[in-house]
Amino acid sequence: MATIVSLDPRVTRMEIEQDPGSAPEPKAELDQFPTFEVFHQERTGAHHVHVGSVHAPNADLALLLAKEQYGRRGQTVNLWVVNTRDVVTMSAGDADIFVTTPEKTYRDVGAYMVRNKVEAYKKQMGDQKS
Amino acid sequence: MNQDAVKDLLVRMADDVLILAHRHSEWTGLGPVLEEDIAFSSVAQDKLGHAQALYAILHEHFGMPDPDVMAFGRAEADMRSCHFVELPNAEYDFSLVRHLLFDASEYVRWSALRESSFEPLAKLAHKIHGELKYHLYHAQTWIVQLGSQGSEESKARMQSALNAAWPYALGLFESRSGDADLVASGFFPGEDALRAEWEVLVQGILEKSSLTMPHDHAAVLGGRDGYHSEFLAPLLVEMTEVYRIDPSATW
Repeated sequence: MATIVSLDPRVTRMEIEQDPGSAPEPKAELDQFPTFEVFHQERTGAHHVHVGSVHAPNADLALLLAKEQYGRRGQTVNLWVVNTRDVVTMSAGDADIFVTTPEKTYRDVGAYMVRNKVEAYKKQMGDQKS
Repeated sequence: MNQDAVKDLLVRMADDVLILAHRHSEWTGLGPVLEEDIAFSSVAQDKLGHAQALYAILHEHFGMPDPDVMAFGRAEADMRSCHFVELPNAEYDFSLVRHLLFDASEYVRWSALRESSFEPLAKLAHKIHGELKYHLYHAQTWIVQLGSQGSEESKARMQSALNAAWPYALGLFESRSGDADLVASGFFPGEDALRAEWEVLVQGILEKSSLTMPHDHAAVLGGRDGYHSEFLAPLLVEMTEVYRIDPSATW
């Protein structure tokens, strides 16, 4: 019988056999809750941004638990939860589809000369007001 | 304003949330799942904040000791918490049922206090309304989940916890001799009116959860006069342990 380390259940709650000679028991299949992806909205009108996931038995509880995991600090006005199984995704092996995209700088916003025109227009409007 | 009646009301409200905050916090690190552990602990923190805000009003407007002394520096006989909040956590089913019954009462009480003739209290009631709405939502979601959405076992456990909690929960609404003055001056609606509204709210939630509201129980009283359950003294010893090492310490 080992010495009692602590009566605090946080310390002693795991009663694990400490016999290195015996083979480990095969683990039972995990009965974990499914996961839900959480989307957080900081201000009214802003995009909902994916911030992580929560374990929950259903969507109602996922929303409830998401509130504390992702909405207990800073600003929040709304949350979405989506069952992870409902997220349709590309295969990781298909990342090569995007390999040449960074080269196509003509698609970048910086490639357009609109900015100068906008600046000029703003200046013109400002001049008219004053 | 009947100052003694005001103090009696605010102290018993503050003591109830202080003691329940401590009970809730005892689940920290032991909750059934990580996410719920965090959520329940946050509810406990909110509760502690409500107690502090009430003690601050008592200190600023009614000359009572500062919040730390009120929370940690009083003897058991000077506490005014009801037996309901003092009971040990036992299993999570009981904690959830207590959470529901208490927060339904808090929601009804503080919603009404938004109309209080005493402005600092009305202001506080507006400020914490969203938190209380969430506390009730948290409790209700779990009760429905474990009641009508749950298994036969979970439903039976919730019903049995509810039956055990009920007479104690009624003790939340013990009327006091000074209350009539407070009702007359529009300070608060009175315990009987709050209890009637609470029963309607709780009834609705229990129906959604396929649980039966217990009837015809006498309330467990005594806390408002300083006669407490056997569970308060050990709680106070633990809760005030650090404070008592050096009451004058600055944190």
